[in-house]
Amino acid sequence: MRFLPLLSSLAGLALLPLLGACGGGEALPKEIVVGQYGSLTGAQATFGISTRNGIELATDELNAAGGIGGVKVRMVVEDDQGKPEEAATAVSKIISQDRPVAVLGEVASTNSLAAAPLLQTNGIPMISPSSTNPKVTEQGDFIFRVCFIDPFQGGAVAKFAYNSKGLRNVGILKAVDADYAVGLAQFFTDTFTKLGGTIAGEEAYKLSDVDFKAQLTSLLAKNPDALFIPGYYTDVGLIARQARDLGFKGPFLGGDGWDSSELTKIGGDAIIGSFFTNHYAVDDPNPVVQGFIEKYNAKFHEKPDGLAALGYDSARVLYGAMAEVAKDPKMADALSDRSSVPATEDARKAARAALRDAIAKTAGFGGVTGTISIDAQRNAQKPAVVVQVTAEGNKFVESIAP
Amino acid sequence: MTVFFQQLINGLSLGAIYALIALGYTMVYGTLQLINFAHSEVFMMGAFMSLYLARWTGADQNPTVASVTLVILGTMAFCAALGMTIERLAYRPLRKSGRLNLLITAIGVSMLLRNGTLLVCGPLASFPTLLPAAQWQLAPGLTLRSMDVITLAVTLVLMVLLHHIVERTQMGRAMRAVSHSRDAAALMGINVDRVIAFTFALGSSLAGAAAFLRAVDMHKIDPEMGTNMGLKAFVAAVLGGIGSIPGAVVGAILLGLSETFVSGYLTSTYRDAIAFCLLIIILLFRPSGILGKHAPEKV
Repeated sequence: MRFLPLLSSLAGLALLPLLGACGGGEALPKEIVVGQYGSLTGAQATFGISTRNGIELATDELNAAGGIGGVKVRMVVEDDQGKPEEAATAVSKIISQDRPVAVLGEVASTNSLAAAPLLQTNGIPMISPSSTNPKVTEQGDFIFRVCFIDPFQGGAVAKFAYNSKGLRNVGILKAVDADYAVGLAQFFTDTFTKLGGTIAGEEAYKLSDVDFKAQLTSLLAKNPDALFIPGYYTDVGLIARQARDLGFKGPFLGGDGWDSSELTKIGGDAIIGSFFTNHYAVDDPNPVVQGFIEKYNAKFHEKPDGLAALGYDSARVLYGAMAEVAKDPKMADALSDRSSVPATEDARKAARAALRDAIAKTAGFGGVTGTISIDAQRNAQKPAVVVQVTAEGNKFVESIAP
Repeated sequence: MTVFFQQLINGLSLGAIYALIALGYTMVYGTLQLINFAHSEVFMMGAFMSLYLARWTGADQNPTVASVTLVILGTMAFCAALGMTIERLAYRPLRKSGRLNLLITAIGVSMLLRNGTLLVCGPLASFPTLLPAAQWQLAPGLTLRSMDVITLAVTLVLMVLLHHIVERTQMGRAMRAVSHSRDAAALMGINVDRVIAFTFALGSSLAGAAAFLRAVDMHKIDPEMGTNMGLKAFVAAVLGGIGSIPGAVVGAILLGLSETFVSGYLTSTYRDAIAFCLLIIILLFRPSGILGKHAPEKV
């Protein structure tokens, strides 16, 4: 009769969903729900996938080490197809269905901007791993990021172009419907002209475009030394090809939107030798970086790009803050879902506010993408690295401090 | 002046691609009075088929004349079959119901194909170089790319072929008859179902050729690539006079040129806004399109 207890426990398991529905779900394990939204499909799919992988790695590590005070973190991931309207829908769904204590995402600033106001009004802390447009964290005091912002990034590219490469006359081709690209173009122009350089011309395209020859023809007629393309990898590869086809010989410059293994696949030889600013370099000898690359490679069988590293860092900053909040047992209870006595809405609100305060206090956090300290504007103060695109991958060129 | 000619080349090669797609819209409209929204997805799936055919024939590693020809013909055949299948399964059963039902079905088919492709083929694929990518420096600042020459040449050959089919063959005459009056054509013993299926096949195969050319030139394909191109081609068809075959070509070339020259000489930021304003102005003066017939509604 030894199987009898087994049988009865099986029967108990089958009844569990029913119990849960009755509100008495005592046997369900406690868990902390964190939401995540990103472009898992769509034009910038590698952004969302890399970020999700980075976050997954951090979450698995946390849960393997016992979670937050013994409670595991469950990540709820929604795809927004890289579209702002879908980002808002995805986040509404997460908020209403999963009641998360915090949300991670997005990469593209336009999408973060679409979802941030929803999280702000609901009092749910959001950490964007890699949205660099300044407007993102201006949405409210619950919105954070673990990356540098575009005024700094645009300035870093401009300084690199002017000081290190000796470029004086640069043309700009920007995606007019991406907040990220428009902002970056503006900040590059500000710094570059202040240094003494001139902007040969500025042209625009839309994210859905694939033919840039008209804009390139009028830009190249002004004989720029280099082209600054503050767009995303899908467009940049095509732009580089078409510019080379039209006889352009100079270098291309860009920002962290270039960071994807797809860049060289689309751009081919045309993009090789170009420079862009990024959050970290794969060939950085720092043991923290190399350790991360090794773990990531073991799990996903590819080298992590900057977005994976930022995803990893954003999750770890969040979990660090959670661990702080969970030191107060009452707060720890309110953070988790499915506890024997479900937290009241007020208690959860308090826990989320405490979590926000803890994230805001993050200082000197040793991340893969550098030391992260959240400033008063809820942005991370970090150096940028300039990398060069080569056939073997991105090579570190120099680091530019804030 | 070199900039002007460069933009002319850019605009013509863009217009040529629009033309190949616009023909599919206009021919289907001519026979069925249906705006076939799934046409842009036929174009998109043609690009993915090109990729798989290139891998299958080994053209992606070692493009030979034979294998590349096989890829382009295979893509056109695939698109023709796809167009006919869509017509047979989605449109024919609804032909007796209202035009609005057909239109909504077309949108549904378009979404199904787009999301299905996303599910099966993934969000983005890079496309191999299948055609020689040479550039000729005609003057300082004036480059002629081999892709532009090939695009224009292929488009021209297909136009001549299409003209021959429509004007000189039995099936072409039947197509024109059905487009004139479906009921009268049926009374004269024309198999209307076959003619409509043939029209779909013909238009879709042209979209297949456009997809191949586009994919080779752009080196990347994605399930969303049809949406924008389809919209532009549809506008080109309306501009030229929907239902008119030469009209679709004229409208497409005009749209390609106006987009290119607006972004080259005025402002690339408001390219679409200005280009489309021009089109609205043209349509104000010629409501049935440039070469469209002014047909009063039959009562």
